[in-house]
Amino acid sequence: MAFIELSGVNKWYGQYHALRDVSLSVDKGERIVICGPSGSGKSTLIRCINALEGHHQGTISVGGTALTSDIKTVEGVRKSVGMVFQSFNLFPHLTILQNCTLAPIHVKKMKKAEAEDLAMSLLERVRIGEQALKYPGQLSGGQQQRVAIARALCMQPDVMLFDEPTSALDAEMVKEVLDIMVDLAGSGMTMLCVTHEMGFARQVADRVVFMDAGQIIEMNTPDAFFRAPQHERTRQFLSQILH
Amino acid sequence: MTGFVQTQSIDARTAPLDARRSLFRVLFGDVLSTVSTLAILFAVIALAPKLVSWGLLNGIWAGEGTQCTGAGACWAFLRAKYPFILFGIYPPGQYWRPVALIVIFIGLTLYSLPPKNWKTSTLWAWVIGTVVALALMAGGVPGLEAVPTDSWGGLPVTLILTVLSLGLGFPLAIALALGRQSELKAVKYICVAVIEGIRGLPLLSLLFIVSILLPLMLPDGLKIDKLLRALVAMTVFSAAYLAEVLRGGLQGLHNGQGEAADALSLSWWSKTRLIILPQAISNVIPPLTNTVVVMVKNTSLVLIVGLYDLLSAGRAALADPAWPAPFAETYGFIALIYFIICFSITRYTHWIERQNLFGVNR
Ligand SMILES: Nc1ncnc2c1ncn2[C@@H]1O[C@H](COP(=O)(O)OP(=O)(O)OP(=O)(O)O)[C@@H](O)[C@H]1O
Ligand SMILES: [Mg+2]
Repeated sequence: MAFIELSGVNKWYGQYHALRDVSLSVDKGERIVICGPSGSGKSTLIRCINALEGHHQGTISVGGTALTSDIKTVEGVRKSVGMVFQSFNLFPHLTILQNCTLAPIHVKKMKKAEAEDLAMSLLERVRIGEQALKYPGQLSGGQQQRVAIARALCMQPDVMLFDEPTSALDAEMVKEVLDIMVDLAGSGMTMLCVTHEMGFARQVADRVVFMDAGQIIEMNTPDAFFRAPQHERTRQFLSQILH
Repeated sequence: MTGFVQTQSIDARTAPLDARRSLFRVLFGDVLSTVSTLAILFAVIALAPKLVSWGLLNGIWAGEGTQCTGAGACWAFLRAKYPFILFGIYPPGQYWRPVALIVIFIGLTLYSLPPKNWKTSTLWAWVIGTVVALALMAGGVPGLEAVPTDSWGGLPVTLILTVLSLGLGFPLAIALALGRQSELKAVKYICVAVIEGIRGLPLLSLLFIVSILLPLMLPDGLKIDKLLRALVAMTVFSAAYLAEVLRGGLQGLHNGQGEAADALSLSWWSKTRLIILPQAISNVIPPLTNTVVVMVKNTSLVLIVGLYDLLSAGRAALADPAWPAPFAETYGFIALIYFIICFSITRYTHWIERQNLFGVNR
């Protein structure tokens, strides 16, 4: 069985049908890029995977555990799923180091010294070790997003979810974050990334998923997806974003 | 426009004088400031001679009640009565005990002011300090004569009511504010009802209700202390107001904070304690301290249920037939104490707002 398995997932916001019969399976070590126009349900989809949003129909399972509304089940799944947000969402009242050690200490009950060693090694990995004692407000957007990646990695997750991690960044900072993500992909991390960085998709994705109006319209290897899109909507979308 | 390339970089210079805030600009910077400055100046010039002759030249500084004829201020009264005003009918030989309470409370408050001391150990210091201070006041152990709360009065009562109603009201306020945001409808509406119900009542009527209802609800023969009753009323009162202030702080928080905590698998309580509350509270420090000021002054209402706080002790002192009841001097003295407390809190608020908590200038 695939590591992440969505089958027949439906989700409504009030009367609005936001996810429509979405099925997707992701194997361990696979890198998926999800793209699609604004409002197509990309965020909703990946937020359902760590139960930031609940779904109404269908099943979602992560590492063999089916998501229910039971809080222990949800917390168990979240332990193995890291998430990076468009707006970083670092904790402004905690230092960079404290941001990273918080969950290991309070969720995994790790010793403080051990958590700090782990956090420092991951902060080094995202090339930001020397900022460990600063507060998020003192860092640039690109630096903050790299901290957010390190913070998620500190829980040693099996999967990483990215929701437009570079959309809030100035052009010159996009690359520093993408470099880290390419790095991470190289290390064999299972990744689901919502992004419009098609260069990144070409470089690291195993599959590209195109969504529109809450549905998966097309899914293929990056090569086939960009070279020969099958669906009319996909072609339209690609012509818009690739000029 | 032709091209330009900088050849020499410009060093930072100090700001010119008129870019800074000078006293002159504060006083006469615009028409309104000038008018009010002049008005205040005239008022001072007109009133000063009278005040000087009343307070200084004709003031009676020492002596008996008969010497106060009314021509000048009767400072001798305050000199004779200040222990009574400050400590009420507490046994005069035991004044060191209320003094100890005042020292403990003020000491703990001063220690708690800098953000670097906002930690769990400080909280414990408060708990222990309060218990010790109250035990000293009550006595009842060998070597320490028992003093019932009916004999407590003056500044200690004001401080006890302020500190305890806020200290006990704050956790209650947190519970109410969080409950108000709960997804459980029953919890939510109970909290809303409690908050709005209490806020809809004047403190006076709340004091009456608690003073009358609480004894009725207790089994016969169990008498509940007058001070405790007032404290219960003031605690729920401050809790309701603090809860509304905290609600503002909670609502001001970005959704992403809670979501990030959720995504990290933090439990609801860890998320609330470590992420939500610290930010929500620090966002509302100014209105919180404002509530503190209001509560300090509200303590004076306990007069109505027969307690001797600072203000009622002052009134009681005035009733002494041996003296001509110098109202202005006594109330001035009490007002000064309130002013020192409240003004210090206000200054502290300004100071704390300028601290860059979390390394960011806010
Ligand atoms: N909390 C919500 N309540 C109501 N409607 C919502 C909510 N969140 C999302 N929606 C709606 O659901 C649809 C899908 O939203 P979603 O955020 O998943 O889109 P998206 O593909 O991530 O778009 P974008 O590229 O703009 O981030 C949108 O039409 C949006 O308006
Ligand atoms: Mg989105």
